[in-house]
Amino acid sequence: MATILEDSKFDPQRDLKTVGSNPVKHDGLDKVTGRAKFGADFFLPGMLFGRTLRSPHAHAIIKSIDISEAEALPGVKAVVTRDDFPDIDPGSVAGDMTRTAMAREKALFDGHPVAAVAATSEAIAKRALKLIKVDYEVLPHVIDPVDAMKPDAPILHDHIRTKGLDEPSDAPTNVTERMVSKMGDVERGFAEADVIVEREFDSKPMHQGYIEPQGCVAEYSEDGQVELWCSTQAPFVYRDRLSAILKVDAAKINVQQSELGGGFGGKTGFYPEPIAILLSKKASRPVKMVLHRTEVFRGTGPVSGTNYKIKMGCTKDGRITAAQGELIFQTGIFTGSMYFNAPNAMFTRYDLENVYIESFEVISNRPKVNSFRAPCVPQIVFGVEGVIDELARKIEMDPIDMRLKNAATEGYTTIYGETLGPIGFVETLEAAKATDHYQSPVKDGEGRGIATGFWFNRGGETSTSMNIAPDGSVTIITGTADVAGSRISIAMMAAEELGIDVDKVRITMADTNSLGFNRVTAGSRTTYSVGMTVVDNARDCISQFVKRAAEIWDVPEDAVIYENGECRPASANVGEFEPLSIADIAKQTTMSHGAVTASTSMNVTGAGPGFGLHIVDVKVDEETGRTDVTRYTVIEDAGKAIHPLQVEGQYQGGAVQGIGWALNEEYVYGEDGRLQNAGFLDYRMPVTSDVPMIDTVIVEVPNPRHPFGLRGVGEVPVVPTMAAIGNAIGDAIGVRPQSLPMSPPKLLDLIENRDG
Amino acid sequence: MTDMRYEAPETLDAAIALLDDASGGGKVMAGGTDVLVQLHAEIIEPEVLVDIKNIPDLKAMSQTEAGWLVGAAVSGMTIVDNADFATAWPGVCEGVALIGSVQVKGRASIGGNLCNASPAADSVPAIIAAGAVAKIIGPGGVRKEPVENIVTGPGQTSLGDGEFIVSFSFPTRAPHSGDCYLRLTPRTEMDIAIVGAGVSLTLDDNGTCNAARISIGAVAPRPLLVEEAANALIGTKVDGTALENMVAAVRAACDPISDKRGTREYRIKTAGVIARRAASKALERARAN
Repeated sequence: MATILEDSKFDPQRDLKTVGSNPVKHDGLDKVTGRAKFGADFFLPGMLFGRTLRSPHAHAIIKSIDISEAEALPGVKAVVTRDDFPDIDPGSVAGDMTRTAMAREKALFDGHPVAAVAATSEAIAKRALKLIKVDYEVLPHVIDPVDAMKPDAPILHDHIRTKGLDEPSDAPTNVTERMVSKMGDVERGFAEADVIVEREFDSKPMHQGYIEPQGCVAEYSEDGQVELWCSTQAPFVYRDRLSAILKVDAAKINVQQSELGGGFGGKTGFYPEPIAILLSKKASRPVKMVLHRTEVFRGTGPVSGTNYKIKMGCTKDGRITAAQGELIFQTGIFTGSMYFNAPNAMFTRYDLENVYIESFEVISNRPKVNSFRAPCVPQIVFGVEGVIDELARKIEMDPIDMRLKNAATEGYTTIYGETLGPIGFVETLEAAKATDHYQSPVKDGEGRGIATGFWFNRGGETSTSMNIAPDGSVTIITGTADVAGSRISIAMMAAEELGIDVDKVRITMADTNSLGFNRVTAGSRTTYSVGMTVVDNARDCISQFVKRAAEIWDVPEDAVIYENGECRPASANVGEFEPLSIADIAKQTTMSHGAVTASTSMNVTGAGPGFGLHIVDVKVDEETGRTDVTRYTVIEDAGKAIHPLQVEGQYQGGAVQGIGWALNEEYVYGEDGRLQNAGFLDYRMPVTSDVPMIDTVIVEVPNPRHPFGLRGVGEVPVVPTMAAIGNAIGDAIGVRPQSLPMSPPKLLDLIENRDG
Repeated sequence: MTDMRYEAPETLDAAIALLDDASGGGKVMAGGTDVLVQLHAEIIEPEVLVDIKNIPDLKAMSQTEAGWLVGAAVSGMTIVDNADFATAWPGVCEGVALIGSVQVKGRASIGGNLCNASPAADSVPAIIAAGAVAKIIGPGGVRKEPVENIVTGPGQTSLGDGEFIVSFSFPTRAPHSGDCYLRLTPRTEMDIAIVGAGVSLTLDDNGTCNAARISIGAVAPRPLLVEEAANALIGTKVDGTALENMVAAVRAACDPISDKRGTREYRIKTAGVIARRAASKALERARAN
């Protein structure tokens, strides 16, 4: 099996019937009618309701927790605290995870769980929380990563020593890691430059903005089996991490994913789930926990905020000779920000020779950061593309021509060591130049900006099964969460390979007991990887159809071919046989041979990188600093759009999320270290009327490693957004913002000071 | 959460009696778009919730010889959908139209928007500028109060125990009158004003301003009626100089806090900008009437 990894049988001439069309999503009607079951929609007999008590302090020793009064309240069935969690050393991966779920020695951020109650009603659980007495010793806190790096900053964990220093230090610190990434010789590169631009940037942590809060139902049975229904992007990863922190065999934890009401990276790590499990264990009843919105904001991780410098130089004719970055990433209270994506991706798409990037990851008193589309990359690209824009202005070069002049092509070896295969960056840039948007003049009083972005795209461990029903219809079991509609695209690829109608295919999202391990849905891996395994499943089933047809006809297997959903004789010499459809074969052989089934598990490789360019027009109110985005076009290489409307939705969704990040979204902490805007009223995500129609252009430069040529499309669409909007604002007001979000007060300051 | 009683009286007397009986433990609710959120968040924990929107006086809306009478619980959508009212008071409608979404406005009322006593309430500067007067009822009987005297601070009103607003009266419009409400928010909708400004003015036949009221929101602990700003326009043709004098008066009256919604400096600066734009629009309407 898995020869598909070596030979995908990609054929550019293949006549495709289903792939490339736009059938109605199989989960679509349920979602628009309200029938779909999300994390909060599971109910079990005897179910209790869990609520969490959270720290009001950003940093405090928990001297004692008295739960006796809460336990005595009628209707309360269980109260859990740190004492109910297995003791795991701080500083280990599991140690950090268990301390994210429930505070142990210290409360480490505003909103950190310190206790939880399960009761017969939510109202009783809430009342019980007020009866829990926590004795805190409040410690000095630090919210800003730059402050956290200062010598006089409070040390948040005693065990941290900075990894990656040239000279190791034994001093406790809040800097978890330093990483240097380099190629060539930047000093020489800057010496060759005619123009050099160096700028300093910053960005704020960004909430993924999923509408569905985390929600779960957990049931811990007397024999130690755990059933967990939850909203997640990573059922298998949840299982394995729960196993690690609860010290329960993975096989005894069965995670069933619900429909996902948005994740965008935010549901790659658990929050209420381990608490619900322990409450259920203690109460001997199922326990439901659904976070309230304020808990989502205070208690879960956004993506990293950053402070950084970018320096780049180019020749008069636009060749970039050197690029340098110094990056600081805020990771929240524990390491694990995935900051390394930034140095690997920030300049990748340009065929640079001389690069030097020094990155730091820093902890502070905020929830540990989590993933968000292209984690840690868009906020740095905001600066990189701003500097390139400034270089292009200085040498009076068209900004897209400047990118074309430096575009990476097949054969370029990236800073992370991968030699690129066929990629579509140049095609994307050329398609952008040809758009009506780019060809149209900028309207009076508006500004235009462009920016580009890259994402690796991912593969990884993937398992699927395919079962042929006796009537010839097909079920697929997949365990990689569907976070955005991957189900229909996967069903379409299976249908294409089997040569049948996509309506004959149905996909079930497996629980973790039903399949081999599947990696988290992240990094734009799912449609690509699951596409590989289901095509492999389909090929396996087809070989069984051929075998069974040969047996029915009593001819050799190589005398049977499979085409358009049926077996037929390979030539007239084989004999006169009516073709056998999948249904015919299934009907005739299921009883005698058992069902036709296929199962595959592989570590999928060969994901083709994705590239995009955004064009944005903005109008800035010079008296208030308020920005309106007036026109927006996304141009991106999808390799092959399996379901073009879904691809378009990804492009539009990324741009919309980036518009919020660009203009208004930020977490506001008070001097007391507490979050001030824990809700969508004051955490200003864009509303519908804030965004224009996002036009899209789907470029298709196939990835030959995939049977249909596809590349992931989930991350790239957000990568250039803030940079493109920043460049457009710079064009409009004459000064390019360097701080995200580019909110009205900041822009008004820039406008008022631009001539000074 | 304690056990709370919900009452929906159908007469003013019944409502007064319920609130009187609760002796301070009662909470008046009209549309509930603020009260229910506060209940859910446990910001308020009343013993009795008195829903007043089933009382006919509270839901009445009519044009009278003296102007317009709008019941305190009349929904926002009812107000903005009333074409005659919108002709008389387009600025009030602009303020009401900015409260939440269409769904929220299907419930929310200007009585509730006023009594919630947010410094940033969108309908309040508009009704202050309009010169609306509230009819208040309570255990002591009926009294009338200009709306600018209702809100005293964030979440605080001048209403006594057991008092609630029955209706608002808006004066008859003189010829050549116009009003406007504008606000500044980072987003286009579903947001809370960083600053808001309501302007109502009247011109004589020569185009000279002979009456003006200017109210600003979100720049002080309560919505302000800024007489100095109005005086800067009265007696002028509302030209550039007059507008700049008005802007200066508005900025001088501002005393905002810096918070998650905006800094003090930014609010003071933009209050002037928004007030100028609202005055220009009100002027344009006055000239057209």
